[in-house]
Amino acid sequence: MAAVQSARIKKRIHPLSLFLRALVIAAAVMTIGVLLFLIAYILIRGIPNLKPELFAWQYSTENVSMLPALINTVIMTVLTLLFAIPVGVAAAIYLVEYAKRGNRLVSAVRLTTETLAGIPSIVYGLFGFLFFFMKLDWGYSMLGGSLTLAIMILPLIMRTTEEALLAVPDAYREGSFGLGAGRLRTVFSIILPSAMPGILAGVILGIGRIVGETAALIYPAGTAAVVPSSLMESGRTLAVHMYALTSEGLYMEESYATAVVLLLLVVGLNALSAFAARRLTRRRG
Amino acid sequence: MKNITESMMRIVFLAAACVSIIAVLLICIFLFANGVPAMLEIGVGDFLFGSVWRPLSDIYGIFPMIVGSIYVTAGAVLLGVPIGILCAVFLVHFCPARLYRVLKPMVELLAGIPSIVYGFFGLVVLVPLMQQLTGSSGKGLLTASILLAIMILPTVIGVAESAIRAVPESYYEGALALGATHERSVFFTVVPAARSGIMAGVVLGVGRAVGETMAVVMIAGNQPVIPESLLSGVRTLTANIVLEMGYAADLHREALIATAVVLFVFILIINLTFSLLKRRGY
Repeated sequence: MAAVQSARIKKRIHPLSLFLRALVIAAAVMTIGVLLFLIAYILIRGIPNLKPELFAWQYSTENVSMLPALINTVIMTVLTLLFAIPVGVAAAIYLVEYAKRGNRLVSAVRLTTETLAGIPSIVYGLFGFLFFFMKLDWGYSMLGGSLTLAIMILPLIMRTTEEALLAVPDAYREGSFGLGAGRLRTVFSIILPSAMPGILAGVILGIGRIVGETAALIYPAGTAAVVPSSLMESGRTLAVHMYALTSEGLYMEESYATAVVLLLLVVGLNALSAFAARRLTRRRG
Repeated sequence: MKNITESMMRIVFLAAACVSIIAVLLICIFLFANGVPAMLEIGVGDFLFGSVWRPLSDIYGIFPMIVGSIYVTAGAVLLGVPIGILCAVFLVHFCPARLYRVLKPMVELLAGIPSIVYGFFGLVVLVPLMQQLTGSSGKGLLTASILLAIMILPTVIGVAESAIRAVPESYYEGALALGATHERSVFFTVVPAARSGIMAGVVLGVGRAVGETMAVVMIAGNQPVIPESLLSGVRTLTANIVLEMGYAADLHREALIATAVVLFVFILIINLTFSLLKRRGY
């Protein structure tokens, strides 16, 4: 009797529960659907437009080659990482390995890092323009653009490095100290190597931000469609190139092609970052 | 010798940690020093509440842009937040582990797609669609809100997911034990318990929407007037800066920097709200 009753309760349909379940599934399907549609649409419309001419050495109005922009993107990425990684990793090392709990400086650093993370990229761009272009009188320059981006991705590098350092078990530190190593030696030969996959995952995410950034670069770095002969000259990255093409409105096919390249780059970088992060968790678990 | 290296490196690490403080100070100083004088010259009231923006006649009122930013953001929140929260609930409590391993990276990918690509997608898909559906130009408030709703999804989902995950399992189990179904337990005990974390996610999403530039510029129409309907063109604070900075000079340029100051103050308020909410628990 009791068994029959409980079976009946189980079978009874709860309309509200059913409705809620349908709601969450619909939301998830919509989210993933939009993503898949966006990727599929750009790929299907864009790949036929990926012509070899678009990778010519020279940009001209007849052939809006994206190769100079692609090379600039690589230069910009390397330059930005050159500034952001040492500072970001060193700052995270200070926060995790050196600073004492409740230190007032530490809370100031955390507050400002959070602030930096929330500042919109156009404000960074404007700051880069005011500081590097006007105050330091560099004009449009790759260097100014990369320094602007370095400030922008600094919070990302710091946060991911911090998390990676915190994930290193304390036993490693104790073991190292117990063998007579100093703090510096412990950091460089024990902690950093074990935190490397996590740091790498953050760096790759940072590369994704650099590659996709437009608003922060237009004003400090300008939009010249050539590979500059020095870092003090203007050069457009791929994302800026795409903005220039679409806002001119004459090169829709080329815009599609550029979108494909940008999208593939970003998808690839994301996959790489996820891979690095998985290696970290596997080692930990 | 060894001690000297140790303490020197300590100072190097300390200096690196201070870079973010210096950066925030520099950004504040340069924005305010360049923007505030212009605001005073135009008149703070005229600048903030003037509804005419006509740089050629030296009239600088950014009220339409403030309203534009607020409208577009509100639209994005209305459309994006419910979907984002429901999706986060799905990921935590309805999603089989194997599916989760596929879905989670996809949501992260949504966050990684550059805003210029979103803008382009809006331009070639959403704008023509809106044209057909409504017979308007297709560029406007509603289009921008829809695209921004998509763009803030990963932010809302990410923060809401970790908030829901942080609610102790016993809440859920307690509800189940009282005879509630799985869905009721999740929606009426777990989700309310996570509400301040979920709110933090919403606030962060608001910050993203207010600060978004390139995608909005491409699909919002950019007329510097207060929009009359969902379909009329709208210009946000961010769009105002990026559209005119290239050729602006003198007071016009400074008025644009002052626009950035207003935007910056908005963002600071939003950030502060976010960290207050985050500190309040789940």
